[in-house]
Amino acid sequence: MTRRRWAIVAILILGGTFAWLLYGGLDKNVVFFLTPKELLAKGTASYEVPIRLGGQVKPSSVKWDAKTLDLRFVITDGSGEIAVSEKGAPPQMFRDGIGVVVEGRYGRDGIFQATNLMVKHSNEYRAPKPGQQPHEMYKTLIKGSTS
Amino acid sequence: MTGIVAQNALLVSLAVVVFGMVIIPLGVQRKRTGWIELGYAAVYTNFLLVSVAVVAMIYALVTHDFSISYVAQVGSRETPLFYTVISLWGALEGSILFWAWVLSLYASAAVWINRRRPGNLVPYAGATFMAISLFFAIMLVGPANPFLAVSPVPLDGPGPNPLLQNHILMAVHPPLLYLGYVGMSVPFAFAAGAMLSGEVTSDDWTHITRRWTLASWGFLSAAIIAGMWWSYEVLGWGGYWAWDPVENASFLPWLTATAYLHSVMVQQRRGMLRLWNLNLVVGTFVLTILGTFLTRSGILSSVHAFTTGPIGYYFLSFIVVVLVSTLALVWGNSERLRTTGQLDSAASRETVLLLNNLFLTAFMFTVLIGTLYPLVAEALRGVKVSVGRPFFDRMTLPMIVALLFLMGVGPALPWRSASRAEVRAKLLPPVAGALLFTAVALIAGARDVYAVLAFCFVGYSAVANLREYWNGMQRRRAAHGEGWGTALARGVGRRQYGGYIAHMGVLLVALGITASSTFRREREATLKPGETLTVAGQTVRLKEVWGRQEVQRSVIGATMEVMKNGAVVGVIEPRMNFYPTSDQPVPTPEVRSTIAGDLYVNLMAFEPQGKNATVKVIIEPLTPWIWFGGGVVVLGAIVSILPTVPPRRSEKVAFAAPPPPPPVVAVPRQAEA
Repeated sequence: MTRRRWAIVAILILGGTFAWLLYGGLDKNVVFFLTPKELLAKGTASYEVPIRLGGQVKPSSVKWDAKTLDLRFVITDGSGEIAVSEKGAPPQMFRDGIGVVVEGRYGRDGIFQATNLMVKHSNEYRAPKPGQQPHEMYKTLIKGSTS
Repeated sequence: MTGIVAQNALLVSLAVVVFGMVIIPLGVQRKRTGWIELGYAAVYTNFLLVSVAVVAMIYALVTHDFSISYVAQVGSRETPLFYTVISLWGALEGSILFWAWVLSLYASAAVWINRRRPGNLVPYAGATFMAISLFFAIMLVGPANPFLAVSPVPLDGPGPNPLLQNHILMAVHPPLLYLGYVGMSVPFAFAAGAMLSGEVTSDDWTHITRRWTLASWGFLSAAIIAGMWWSYEVLGWGGYWAWDPVENASFLPWLTATAYLHSVMVQQRRGMLRLWNLNLVVGTFVLTILGTFLTRSGILSSVHAFTTGPIGYYFLSFIVVVLVSTLALVWGNSERLRTTGQLDSAASRETVLLLNNLFLTAFMFTVLIGTLYPLVAEALRGVKVSVGRPFFDRMTLPMIVALLFLMGVGPALPWRSASRAEVRAKLLPPVAGALLFTAVALIAGARDVYAVLAFCFVGYSAVANLREYWNGMQRRRAAHGEGWGTALARGVGRRQYGGYIAHMGVLLVALGITASSTFRREREATLKPGETLTVAGQTVRLKEVWGRQEVQRSVIGATMEVMKNGAVVGVIEPRMNFYPTSDQPVPTPEVRSTIAGDLYVNLMAFEPQGKNATVKVIIEPLTPWIWFGGGVVVLGAIVSILPTVPPRRSEKVAFAAPPPPPPVVAVPRQAEA
C-alpha cells in the first residue's frame, strides 16, 4: 500500500509540474488574432508582442520595390487601418481588397513589421472573376490560350 | 441508378451492423455458437455492402455522374482520371465512406483469422467492430450521405480542391493515413473484447493484435512522413512541419501507439502496466476519431463553422460514448487488472520503457492541448488565438531530445536489472558516437542548445542500436556457426531487431530534421533573365519565364539553370499552377536532391509580361534523409511483423543446448550494489 501511495504522490507531482509548464508555455506563446480595430483598441499593450493581424488590403496602398523586396501596404477592416511593412515578394494574387493575414509585431512607430504574409484561405472555391482568369491576365506568356 | 444501388447497400449495411452488434452478445450469453457465427457473417456481409457503395462511388466519379451529390461537389470533366479516382477521399462524405470501407475490411480480416479461437474474446471483439461500424453507417445514411440526388443535374462540377490535385503524394498520404487510423480500431476492439469477456488477465489480446498494431503503426508512420513530404513539395515554404492542427491530428495517435508498442513489452515480459496499456489503446483509438473530427468537421477554420452542420455533433457524441463506455469497462475490470510483476531495479530496460511512456504521453498531451486551446478559447472567451511554433518548440524539444537519448539506452539495458559492470560496458562505448556527432555539429556551425543535443543523442543512440544488432549477429555466428549472410537474415527475422531498425529510421528522420532546420539558408530575389542568385555557394540563373495552357489548369513557370563553377549543370523549373476554380495559384516548387541535401526553388511572383520573376532559393542539408528515414521506420515495422525464420533441422540440435535463458529469479539487489 505504501508503494501505491508513493506512486500516487509521484504522479501528482509530475502531473502538477507538467500542467504548470504547459500553462506557462501557453501563457507566453499564445498569439492573438486581431483586426486593425481591435489592435488599435489595445493601445500600448499591443506593442512588440507577436500578433496575427487580419483584414483587407486597402485599395491603392500597395507599394512594392522589386529590387529591395520591400513591401508596404495598409490593412483595413473598415474602421481601423494599420500600415504594414514586410521583406519579401507579395503572393502572386495579392491585390487591392484581398483578405490577408500577417504575422509579426506592431512597432512603437505605428508600423506593423510582418514576418509572414498569407492571403486568406477560403475553403469554398470561388472562381476568379472574368478578366482575372490567368490565361487572360498573362496572355503574352500563355500562348494558345483559349479566350 | 448508381446512387440508388449504393444508397440501398448502405441502408442494408446499417441493418446488418445493428443485427451483428446484437446477435453476437446474445449468442455468447445463451451459449449459441450458431448465433455468433451469424454475427460473424454480418461482419463479412457489411464489408461486401460497403464495398458495393465504394465501387459505385468510383464508378460515378469516373463517369461524371453529377446527379450524385458528392460527384457534383468534387468532380469535374477536366480533372485527369487519376485525380478523379482519388477524389474519393478528397472531401468529408467520401472520406467517411472510405473510413467505413477500411474499417469493414479490417474487421472482416481480424475476425476471419481468429474465428476458430475458443473463448468469448473474439465474439466480443466482433461485436465491438460492429458498434464502431454503426457510427459510420449512421453517418453514411444520415448527415454524411455522399449519394444524395442532385436536381437539376449540373453539367459540370468544380473539381477537387486544387491543393489536392497538384501532387501525386496526395494519392499516397490519405490512404496510408486511413489504413493507420482505422487499423488502431483492431487493438481497440480486441481490448474491449477482452474486457467484455473477462479474459483481460491472459494478455492474449495483446498477442492477437501485435501484428495488427504494428502494421497500423507502420501505415501511420508512413502517412505522417508522406504528409510532411507533400507539404514540402506543394506548399512552397520549404518546410515540412508547422504544428498545424491537421498535422497534429495525425501525430497524436502515433505518439500513444508508439508508447503502447513499447509498454506492451513490459506487460508481456513482466506482467506490469496492464491497466496502462488498455488506456493507451483506448486513447489511441479516440485520438484517431478526434483527428478525423478535427480535420473533417470544419471546426479548425472556426468554431462557428462547426456549429452550422450536424457532423461535428455526431463526432463529439461518438467520442463521448466511446470514452464513457470504455472507462466504465476499465473500471469494472480494475480488480482483475492487478499488476503481477514489479520493478526490480532502476538500471533495467523496463525503467527506460516507463520513462519512454512518460515522455510520449506528456508529448501527446502537450500537442493535444496546443491544438485544442484555440478552439476552447474561441468557444469560451470569444477570442481568436493561435498556438504556434514557439509554444510547441519550447515544450516539446526537451522531450524529443530526452526520447532520442532513451532510444539508445533502452535497447542496451537488459530486462529486470543490470550490474554496474554491465551498465558500463553497454552505455559507455556509444559515447564515442555522441562525441563525434557533437563535434561535427559544432564545426558545422550549430549553436542552438537543442540542436547540438539532438545531434549528440542521435550519434549516441545510432551507435547503441547498431551495437545491439551487431552483437546479436555475432552471438548467432558463434552459437550456430552461421555465415554473415545467414546471421543477418536470421537476426533480421527477430522481433527486437525490427525495433532496432525502426529506431535507426527515427534517428535518420531526427538527423534530417535537425540538420535541415539548423543549417537551412534561404534568399529571395527578383531576377531578370540572365541574372543569377547565389545561396550558400549554390548559384542559379534565370533563363526565361513562360506560360502554358494545360487541360485542367494554366501554368506559369520559370526555367532556371543550376550553375557549378560557371558551367550549367542542370535545369530547375519552379512553377505556379492556376486552377479555374480557385482565385489563388498553387505553388509548385521544384526540388533538386542529392545525398547531401536539397536545392529548393519556388516561384514567388512574376511580372505579367515575363520580364522578371521573384524566386526563393533554399538550401536544406540532409532533408532527403527524412524521407529515407521514414522508409527505414516502415522497414523496421515490416521486419517485426514477419514471422521469425525457423532454424533448419540440424540447428535445432544446437538449440537443445541453448544459451542461458534470461534469469527468471531476480538477482538480489545487494549483489550488484
